[in-house]
Amino acid sequence: MTTPTAALVSFKQRHRAVGSRTIKAWYRNGSLMAGIIIVGMLVLVAVLAPILAPYDPIAQHLTNALESPSAAHWLGTDKFGRDVLSRLIWGAQVDLRVGFLAVLIPFVIGSVLGAIAGYFGGWLDTVLMRIVDIFFAFPFYVMVIVLVFVFGSGEASIYIAIAAVSWVSYARIVRGEVLIAKKQDYVVAARLGGMSHARILTKHIGPNVLSQAIIYAMSDIVMDIMAIVTLGYLGLGINPPTAEWGSMINDGQEFITTQWQQATIPGLVVVVTSLGLSLLGDGLSDLLSPERRK
Amino acid sequence: MMDAPVLRVAAITKSYHLQTSLASRLSRNENGHTSLRALDGVDLQLNKGEILALVGESGSGKSTLAKILVGGTTPTSGELEYHGEPMPAHRDKDASRRIQMVFQDPYSSLNPRISVGAMLKELLLLHKIVPRGEVRAESVRLLNLVGLEEDALQAYPSQFSGGQRQRIAIARALAVRPDILIADEPVSALDVSVQATILDLFASLQRELGLSILFVAHNLAVVQHLSQRVAVMYLGRIVEVAETSELFSNPRHPYTRALIDSIPRMTAESVNEEFVLEGEPPSPFNVPAGCRFNPRCPYAKDVCRATDPGLEPVAAGHQSACIRAAELPDHSIALSISATRKATA
Amino acid sequence: MTQPLLSVKSLTIGVRRPKGVDTIIVDDLSFEIQRGERFGIVGESGSGKSLTLRAIADLLPAGVEILTGSIRYDGVELVGMPTPARRRLMGPEIAMIFQEPMTALNPVIRVGEQIAEGPRRYLGLSKRDAMKLAIEMMAKTGIPDPVRRARAYPHELSGGLRQRIMIAMALSCGPKLLLCDEPTTALDVTVQHQVLRVLEQLCADSGASLAFVTHDLAVVNQTCSDLAVMYAGHIVESGRVKDVFRDPRHPYTKGLLDSAPDFDQPERELVPIPGFPPNLAARPSGCPFAPRCAFAVEACTVAMPPTVVVAPGHAAACIESQSIFEGVAA
Repeated sequence: MTTPTAALVSFKQRHRAVGSRTIKAWYRNGSLMAGIIIVGMLVLVAVLAPILAPYDPIAQHLTNALESPSAAHWLGTDKFGRDVLSRLIWGAQVDLRVGFLAVLIPFVIGSVLGAIAGYFGGWLDTVLMRIVDIFFAFPFYVMVIVLVFVFGSGEASIYIAIAAVSWVSYARIVRGEVLIAKKQDYVVAARLGGMSHARILTKHIGPNVLSQAIIYAMSDIVMDIMAIVTLGYLGLGINPPTAEWGSMINDGQEFITTQWQQATIPGLVVVVTSLGLSLLGDGLSDLLSPERRK
Repeated sequence: MMDAPVLRVAAITKSYHLQTSLASRLSRNENGHTSLRALDGVDLQLNKGEILALVGESGSGKSTLAKILVGGTTPTSGELEYHGEPMPAHRDKDASRRIQMVFQDPYSSLNPRISVGAMLKELLLLHKIVPRGEVRAESVRLLNLVGLEEDALQAYPSQFSGGQRQRIAIARALAVRPDILIADEPVSALDVSVQATILDLFASLQRELGLSILFVAHNLAVVQHLSQRVAVMYLGRIVEVAETSELFSNPRHPYTRALIDSIPRMTAESVNEEFVLEGEPPSPFNVPAGCRFNPRCPYAKDVCRATDPGLEPVAAGHQSACIRAAELPDHSIALSISATRKATA
Repeated sequence: MTQPLLSVKSLTIGVRRPKGVDTIIVDDLSFEIQRGERFGIVGESGSGKSLTLRAIADLLPAGVEILTGSIRYDGVELVGMPTPARRRLMGPEIAMIFQEPMTALNPVIRVGEQIAEGPRRYLGLSKRDAMKLAIEMMAKTGIPDPVRRARAYPHELSGGLRQRIMIAMALSCGPKLLLCDEPTTALDVTVQHQVLRVLEQLCADSGASLAFVTHDLAVVNQTCSDLAVMYAGHIVESGRVKDVFRDPRHPYTKGLLDSAPDFDQPERELVPIPGFPPNLAARPSGCPFAPRCAFAVEACTVAMPPTVVVAPGHAAACIESQSIFEGVAA
């Protein structure tokens, strides 16, 4: 065999080229950077809410109710005299927390079930996918609203309701990815290497299939925040007087003609948040997709 | 007296039952049969330290046979013996270790998210091939064996070319110290100039490690170069087996002759201008009655449409599944021409 | 001598980068195809052989473009020709056959209608006449029972039949130039043999020229009269097939011939070409093959060697072509 030396040289060239390309791709990936900046700033605002917010978000000053924007209250006050800006800042904490947590539970449940169904197939897969089909047959909001009704409003029941409804999406995505991955020769090779199914599923298939689920999770956070906002708007969300964007829109809409900023500004913030998360998901899909790694 | 074969299969069949969909029934699809016999009574043995080539066209069942040999799928019926002992249907860790596989597509056979070092380490530890402290040294030894250097350990598959990936896949197969390698078209996805280096690697593994190798291929020139024996498959059966030089100089099955005459040649003089094989390989859904090659066979007679012949010896170590094997005219067009050319050169 | 059917001059194909250096994939390529000639372009993956063919057919992938050079078909310049006029050439003048016919055929239209579409549009045939021609073409490509098969959808046919359909479709308008991109690579060896026969026969009958891209030297040997060997975007050697095979004058051609197993010489040792083709982005200066070349001398790394005529109709881009002829390594 005469090739090793030449192989080595060429390999090192490739190696460097790939490394620097990955770093460049991060910078060049505009939507990822934009997403990180927007979401990062929102998270920062949420974390620093106690410092940033000029007033207590739930302290009522009925004498100062429905004030127009001023130097003291940049976005005015609501009908209970609470500072709208402070409520907006504290609301970031609530909505982002609930959004992220509400995604985490179904992500885990759905991915695990989907992976098992896709990998082992057979009756298990058939049964699980029928259940998934049934869940898919109901509109998302109808299910969430019904479940929140049953469990009563509040943060915990929002988690339960959203988890119960949205795990099916993750199950379906991960199952599909596993179906593709398990046909790859490297999975056969792992079996021939005497590895257990559990090991193959977690170590060999898992890392190759989760990226799609992670990308979906980004858009799902948007969905969940919208759901929380909608529930808040319907009076089924986070219990008052906690500051939350949905209930702020709901509360503000009565005064849309006189105090437009009360409903509109939280609405705009929701839009910006969605935009940031969508950009992040987009960028991640560019970064994580295996085609780009070639 | 020959050594006992390291691997022997007898009367292996593999059927797939397909659900007929409503759509295919409605469209009156002529191939809408429900059962497919990918393998239909395969007998074959792999001797110690040899490279046995398994050749055939797509649909001949050669990849299915390879999968059965490594335990990737179980046969519908038939026997599989390893060193004279029956191989269990569900192999444990140690049984699966002994027969390893090299795949055709070096892009799908390596996990893109696991580095070469981690891949080898996992196997070495799982099978307790070497103590933990020697894993790195053993990994480097494996890489050197396939012609790669130590620095490949940290790298991921995407950083390698196709030929290098195939080397890594071979190193992985060797890591668990098998005594049989099943190679499923390992060079057909590679560029010509790279193919030669991988073929050399297989030859050196046979020579230096004493591995027994089943080399599945469709390129007869490659097969002729590398293997000691050749088995020709057609529609789920072995139709001819012989030592390589014997098979190519004295083919005793019309299908083997057709394959040989179809090989694109590097020298214009040896092209068989007379030969054209009619028709295409029939689908395994629809195996012809009698000899399965008879609809395409220029020598077919009525008896060929009536009996389904099995492998019969025609010379020492040479078997053919053609009932007219002894009557076939000499097949010497190509080789006699190449002999004259050599003489005049 | 009349003018060649196709004349490619100084063709450079690459990716234009407004900021920075353009990535060059095919570099300063020149060749000619005469009427009735069967011209093979041989090279390994990444040599630029398929892109060259696609440039002639105006089918370059997005982002890749002709940077400079000219492609003249029957005396008419194709580079810079407006798209509608260019498209009108494809079919009646130039046709193309692909490696995987399944991607080139429309899955929801019966194959007979797909073949008939060209003659209806370009030859102005009626629906009935076009279908008659389609069935005739199918019969010519050796498809058994063409009347019934014309009503089949692509997925109902085997790979070999699909490739025959592609050939029937490509030749239905009587093109003068047929571009083939590895048309038999996906086929079994016995079917490959049949398809190559059909292709050769039909081109001989209609007098069409063939531009045949492949990585398989033996296929070129059987199908083509002339060939060009491509390496890293350059033609390194060209000439009559029999001259080049017998007496390769470029070390890469020699390397390819030595590394491929030859069925007629089972005892011959395979000699691999060491190393790997250069990275497109980091192309060495001088001869692109120099780093892998046993004959390389210092001058090879300085500038791309000029193409020299080594024998009538036989050219090689190597400054050591004489010592290769004499069989001595520098």
